[in-house]
Amino acid sequence: MMSTRAEKASTAARDTTRRIAMGKRSGIWKEELFKYVLILCIVIAFVTLLALIIHSAWLGRSRLDLNLITQMPSTLDPETSGMQSAIWGTVILMVGVLVTVVPLGISAAVYLEEYADTERWWNRFIELNIQNLAAVPSIVFGILGLAYVVREGFAFGPVAYAGSLTLAMLVLPTVILASREALKAVPDSIRQASYGMGATRWQTVWHQVLPVAVPGMITGTILAMSRAIGETAPLLLVGATTFVTFNPDSAFSGAYTAIPVQIFQWASRPQPEFRELAAAGVILLIAVLLIMNSAAIWLRNRYSRYDL
Amino acid sequence: MSTTTRTDRPSVVLVAQSSRWGEKLIQFWLGFCAIASVIITVGIVLALFSPLPEFFSRVDFREFFSTDTWAPALATPSFGVWNIVVGTLNVTMYALIVALPAGLGAAIYLSEFAGRRARKVLKPILEVLEGVPTVAYGIFAFTFVTPLLRDNWPTWLPGDLGDPPGIFSAGAAGIVLGIMIIPTVASIAEDSMSAVPRSLREGAYGLGSTRMQVATKVVVPAALSGIVAGFVLGVSRAIGETMVVLLAAGASPNMTLMPNESVLPMTAFIGRTATGDISAGTDVYFTIFAVGALLFTMTFVMNMISIALVRRFREKYE
Repeated sequence: MMSTRAEKASTAARDTTRRIAMGKRSGIWKEELFKYVLILCIVIAFVTLLALIIHSAWLGRSRLDLNLITQMPSTLDPETSGMQSAIWGTVILMVGVLVTVVPLGISAAVYLEEYADTERWWNRFIELNIQNLAAVPSIVFGILGLAYVVREGFAFGPVAYAGSLTLAMLVLPTVILASREALKAVPDSIRQASYGMGATRWQTVWHQVLPVAVPGMITGTILAMSRAIGETAPLLLVGATTFVTFNPDSAFSGAYTAIPVQIFQWASRPQPEFRELAAAGVILLIAVLLIMNSAAIWLRNRYSRYDL
Repeated sequence: MSTTTRTDRPSVVLVAQSSRWGEKLIQFWLGFCAIASVIITVGIVLALFSPLPEFFSRVDFREFFSTDTWAPALATPSFGVWNIVVGTLNVTMYALIVALPAGLGAAIYLSEFAGRRARKVLKPILEVLEGVPTVAYGIFAFTFVTPLLRDNWPTWLPGDLGDPPGIFSAGAAGIVLGIMIIPTVASIAEDSMSAVPRSLREGAYGLGSTRMQVATKVVVPAALSGIVAGFVLGVSRAIGETMVVLLAAGASPNMTLMPNESVLPMTAFIGRTATGDISAGTDVYFTIFAVGALLFTMTFVMNMISIALVRRFREKYE
């Protein structure tokens, strides 16, 4: 007798709990609809990404061959035109960005994380400045490069390194922010132990902190480079000439172009053959970016279990 | 005497107090690298604003800010900057119609509804979306979205709005731009929603709220300043984006808010002028800097608002 009563009560209680949990009281369809609308918001973004890739691959399908890599751009002969000079231009540009931004960005991050007293107004100002710089439109960096890297200031002229320096300034905040995150993740106990052994601040940073932070810094740098590789607008201003049929002489002499600039140039021509070339170029660029991003994500996951 | 002061110091001063000059030199170099970012900002401000006196000695200040015809390269040029500012606002408006609801929705889903595994898959894809080069989005807008709009245009709409767009349209550029900035809006909004303390949610559940009620009536209001920060940064990105508008919005400086017409946003003007032959010292050359200065000022104000909002939010919950 007693047991059945208790059973009944507990079934009723469980029922009520379930009903509340399932939102039965206030029309479950509203809850479901809300959820599907939210999912739709994400799906819009993904469908666009898919459509972009499929559309470009379809449009450029006839041009996705070795000619794209081995041939020089040509205005007369779109059938066999390629983008060899643009690929070389991008390689030279990226090497220039890398050697410029990595020492600068990592040093700045080390200063802000390991040396700076964040109570001081100037250090806070530097942080605020980096946050703002990260959101300055890329074309504004192009104007900066045009004024002080190409024409006056450094006055390099329209050479590849002028483009590298402009892009390096553009991605500097990304490298600094990522390197700071990597440094923040290094436990303080390591620093204290090192100081306790009598190491100086720099000895601690160089021998203890940096080795642990390197994977995170590499990830951040790869992501910054993948941003730099796709940037077009600033290069238009600093003289990545849109039509070059030869490889750049060096980083400091001769005309150059880059993959995204070449794609832009093709896309703005009226003939459909050049549109196809542009689409094939987009696929090439996205493939390179996917490889870089996967490498970054792999590195992040590989070392994120680095228990300390 | 000196020993007593030493013991009073906090333990952080385990750091060897070395007067080695190498140590000082390294610190100096690191500090200089940090200051380099400030030098870049100063460089931007100087590059944009120092040509302005020369520009305004050639172009009437009032003409620049109060007329609305934009034709700096013509034989009888006119410099009404409102024209291209409205062009920028036009494209930005359509971008926001897409990006604000979709970005907020995506953020609510990721923060309140998605399971752990779904998040682990969805967030990297959003990152990839953010990493697609803008020139690819531009070509997509130009060769895919524009024809799509043209073929499916609601021609029953009244007046000029019923005309299908030509090869360039503000609407196509705006839609693609909007999708492009969804990750920006979503990631900042999601960060701030995730930072809302669990206790607020559990309190609401305890009072019998459903998931939707918790999301819309508790989490969103609590994370509002962070969400607005994401919106503002999204607007700033839309205003400053160049390649999509350069390829898809066109080159005709029409002063209009219509989605089916071609407009010339500020960034498209700068990009288009830069790809042509410009010789230093001409009026058009100086126009690049004047428009750039205006663009920088607009985005700077928004970035600062966004940064301030994020800080306020952090102080509240962290």
